[in-house]
Amino acid sequence: MKFTLSWLKDHLDTDASLEEIVERLTSIGLEVEHVDDKAALKPFVIARVVSAVQHPDADRLRVLTVDTGSGNPIQVVCGAPNARAGMIGAFAAPGTYVPGIDVTLAVGKIRGVESHGMMCSERELELSDDHNGIIDLPDDAPVGTSFATYAHLDDPVIEINLTPNRPDATGVYGIARDLAASGLGTLKTPPVEPVPGKGACPVKVEIAASELCPGFALRLVRAVKNGASPKWLQQRLIAIGLRPINALVDITNYVTFDRGRPLHVFDAAKVAGNLVVRRARDGEKVLALDGREYTLTPDMCVIADNNGVESIAGIMGGEHSGCDENTTDVLIESALWEPLNIARTGRTLGIITDARYRFERGVDPEFMVPGLELATKLVLDLCGGEPTESEVVGYAGHKSKIVSFPLSEVKRLTGLDVPKAESLDILTRLGFGPKGGGDRVDVTVPSWRPDVDGKADLVEEIMRIHGVDEIASQPLASHDAVNAKILTVLQIRTRAAKRALAVRGMMEAVTWSFIPARHAELFGGGQPALKLANPIAADMSDMRPSLLPGLVSAAQRNADRGFGDVALFEVSGTYEGDVPDAQRRVAAGVRRGTAGLQGSGRDWSGNAAPVGVFDAKADALAVLEACGAPVDRLQIEAGGPAWYHPGRSGTIKLGPKVVLGTFGEFHPKTLETLDVSGPLCGFEVFVDAIPEPKMKATRTKPKLELSAFQAVKRDFAFVVDRAVETGTLTRAALSADKKLITGVSVFDIFEGASLGEGKKSVAIEVSIQPAEKTLNDEDFEALAKRIVDSVGKQTGGVLRG
Amino acid sequence: MNATAGNLDVLESSLLADIAAAADEAAIETVRVAALGKKGAVTELLKTLGPMTPEERQTKGPAINGLKTRVTDALAARKSELKDAAITQRLALEKVDVTLPVRQSPAERGRIHPISQVIDEITAIFGDMGFAIAEGPDIETDHYNFTALNFPEGHPAREMHDTFFFNPADNGERKLLRTHTSPVQIRTMEAQKPPIRIVIPGKTYRQDSDATHSPMFHQVEGLVIDKTANVANMKWVLEEFCKAFFEVPSVKMRFRPSFFPFTEPSLEVDIQCDRSRPGEVRFGEGSDWMEILGCGMVHPNVIRHGGLDPDEYQGFAWGMGIDRIAMLKYGMPDLRAFFDADVRWLQHYGFRPLDMPTLFGGLSS
Repeated sequence: MKFTLSWLKDHLDTDASLEEIVERLTSIGLEVEHVDDKAALKPFVIARVVSAVQHPDADRLRVLTVDTGSGNPIQVVCGAPNARAGMIGAFAAPGTYVPGIDVTLAVGKIRGVESHGMMCSERELELSDDHNGIIDLPDDAPVGTSFATYAHLDDPVIEINLTPNRPDATGVYGIARDLAASGLGTLKTPPVEPVPGKGACPVKVEIAASELCPGFALRLVRAVKNGASPKWLQQRLIAIGLRPINALVDITNYVTFDRGRPLHVFDAAKVAGNLVVRRARDGEKVLALDGREYTLTPDMCVIADNNGVESIAGIMGGEHSGCDENTTDVLIESALWEPLNIARTGRTLGIITDARYRFERGVDPEFMVPGLELATKLVLDLCGGEPTESEVVGYAGHKSKIVSFPLSEVKRLTGLDVPKAESLDILTRLGFGPKGGGDRVDVTVPSWRPDVDGKADLVEEIMRIHGVDEIASQPLASHDAVNAKILTVLQIRTRAAKRALAVRGMMEAVTWSFIPARHAELFGGGQPALKLANPIAADMSDMRPSLLPGLVSAAQRNADRGFGDVALFEVSGTYEGDVPDAQRRVAAGVRRGTAGLQGSGRDWSGNAAPVGVFDAKADALAVLEACGAPVDRLQIEAGGPAWYHPGRSGTIKLGPKVVLGTFGEFHPKTLETLDVSGPLCGFEVFVDAIPEPKMKATRTKPKLELSAFQAVKRDFAFVVDRAVETGTLTRAALSADKKLITGVSVFDIFEGASLGEGKKSVAIEVSIQPAEKTLNDEDFEALAKRIVDSVGKQTGGVLRG
Repeated sequence: MNATAGNLDVLESSLLADIAAAADEAAIETVRVAALGKKGAVTELLKTLGPMTPEERQTKGPAINGLKTRVTDALAARKSELKDAAITQRLALEKVDVTLPVRQSPAERGRIHPISQVIDEITAIFGDMGFAIAEGPDIETDHYNFTALNFPEGHPAREMHDTFFFNPADNGERKLLRTHTSPVQIRTMEAQKPPIRIVIPGKTYRQDSDATHSPMFHQVEGLVIDKTANVANMKWVLEEFCKAFFEVPSVKMRFRPSFFPFTEPSLEVDIQCDRSRPGEVRFGEGSDWMEILGCGMVHPNVIRHGGLDPDEYQGFAWGMGIDRIAMLKYGMPDLRAFFDADVRWLQHYGFRPLDMPTLFGGLSS
């Protein structure tokens, strides 16, 4: 919403400065977004070049004698090619600040000739980028007067960022009313007087869609002269960015901005028969005033005559019956439209107009008829003519809302102590009607405030006019009941997973929740319920079933920039369905190139190897450990989901059913579909699947039992079938004696012809911790036998000879 | 050999010369055997002491024993000398170029994304004020995202949200991606009795894309519901937050009346800052204002939708962009880079894994 200062002062009698007005507007909720103030141009005066002669020492300069109206001709050195005797332009005297060149002028000598000021170009005054010559004004420009006043640049333009709840402030009058209520002047606008008419309006109106049109007023003015509107009107419209068209159209725009009351004018000669307000027929077309043809649906409301649609109701008039300079008889329309329907129609058709802006917020129904009277008066003033009486149909009058308002509500919600008299006074000044003398008053809501429904709305009115700055901060009292628990287990685990992965040299990425359909399908997603109806781009269409495709693509983007060794992770949501429980919390990571735990690339101490399944496995286990999963009870199963390499992937389980994670290198087809290259490995850990720890009654740790006897290590090498999983073998060794054996590690895997076809050797180191006595040779022999027997029984392995 | 003084001197010089000439342990051993072995020269001399008369022994004894002591000492000294030389030589051989680089530890290489870090900062501040962290789903219903939050059907305020929708289900219900974190307000009120103090960080989505708008972004909002919380309390909470978050001793804030469907009264908050230096914003000083958050008293209809009586319970809520306050505090120029996973950007703007924001250690280092 834009207006000029002088326009505001048409309605508001105030001594406040521009700065005070702007500050007050913002503080009462009418946030000033921009002020275009050409105050800097005030010192520039209109001056005539009396003579222009060549500078004695410079080809491109001329020495001007300038008449600034003071009687004393002034000498000015000027470089403008268009400077000539007799021309009139804008002059800046020494001491003037010239904004376009950011210089305050002083008397100076240019190539030996004194210059006492400057004739300015438009760019120097920041009016445009034109710097081809100095400003060339018409001959009748009054020499010696203010250039800014002459050029109508002395009226600051104020732009308000209007919130959608304030239709009353879509007109300058409403803004003045708010300012007056806040004590910054008095409202001086006289009430609109009815303009008497002669005879009934010959064009009748039928409302066939009363649910979309709660009122319609129409009036004919005959014998008007429609031409350009007067300068003052044109200047106001130009100042707020509108293009003057002709007097009749300009009047409708003026009333729209002056009162927040949109109007429409029909050229009566082009209207056939009576008007009917109805729903559009399906597929009905109209050529609108913007020169475009719109196809309508029965959801939209139109004003039609015998020829068809003449106007898209409340949004834009039709080209056919529009007013031009040949219009002699004009029909002025002032109507009410159902706001939601206007919003929907405008959105569907993609039309944004000043009328739609107001109707969809809700115009003052009680100003429908006065708006028509005001427009009629302006038409008579500017174009002459003979008005008929008004035809008003459908309007049943406004039923005011009444809010029962305990004045204590202000203190309850804001903490402010506003005296009762002041509260009532604020409401009254805003046009509300408080009635009753007690602590609870019945407040009648004015017709121009459809946004005010209840007590809280009235609190806001009193708060914003009394002043938000008056509210002193008050500490929030502590409640024991809410202080107990800051983070849930899942939140703690999410944080722990992030830090654990970052500590492993990975960088945290935040990738899109929506991914290309083919990526989603590859990773088990792509179901219809998870496809966006209106994606922002074709390849951001499906909610991700996994974090991996986004991370793999991100790794490839880095590789394409020359950074091929990257390790990325993300801990975020994936989507298995569209209900809250179907959103999972997953920690995932990918490593590319040689970005292993210890670093990537070549190094004098040893080059980093290409990443593989075991890098991913280590990452996954680190996350599980950080999240407090029971890592000693996890099972690793060979193979993972289809997007992994079937022989180089695994699944981490807790019991037979609970899958806590997957890891591996990727299937070649996955890389192909994602259009990426390896080496690549990745993992996902389902953080929300990790069982929550049991509530413990104490934080005391179990007692530490330290054996007094020396721990020892023994090595074994077993020959087993190649297909035997090492995990089975180590578990078999561990289970041989659960008391003595504290650990089993694998230190060598060997395959060779010497072992026989399809065999491999697995060398393990068994850690033994005696608890009761030092073991002797017989004890060791017996233990070794138990280990060999257990491994033999469970894997078929034999001790390597 | 006769133990004359002259003979002893000759023997001593000869032995000491041999010791000095010994080049390794083996040579020293040869000399030792030759002097002090069973049949060594000095041993032989010592043997002559036995048959001597006491008078003779009194003069020869000290001379021969003196010789033995000196030879023994010389042997030990030479041995130690040789050992030192060997160590020195080995150390010289073992010398490496310590200017060779070492690999950076993974904990130094890794990075936490600024969004996670800022969420942790926010958690530290509000956790200290007794707020719990609440979360909710990204895929929402129209009810939770709009209707329950007092957005009337078809109201222009709904349109301002540029919502992402899913295709309608068979029953006509159309799910959407939440446009703000506010649905969690309703979900929390439904699940929990007041007093409620929660902070809700999370992903939000709107159909918008430029340097300061992204179709996916992050919001954090707060909700306080009890029987007394008012605008004055809200001002205090937000002032405390801004001071703590921007790590300045004081900051001026401007509360402006505004409009949001889910709060009444509604306010927007500007924060005092200095933007006179290119590419840098300083908070708590200067004469510029920057809009930072929206807030207000929870609308009675929203309290009602949460299953509570607005005449009994009241409270306030606020919301702001996590990405935005991260950009303001840490100076990232372009929001889109947040979601590009460019390792150069992460390396520069990300945080080290062990830099955990705390109030006692400072939010940022």
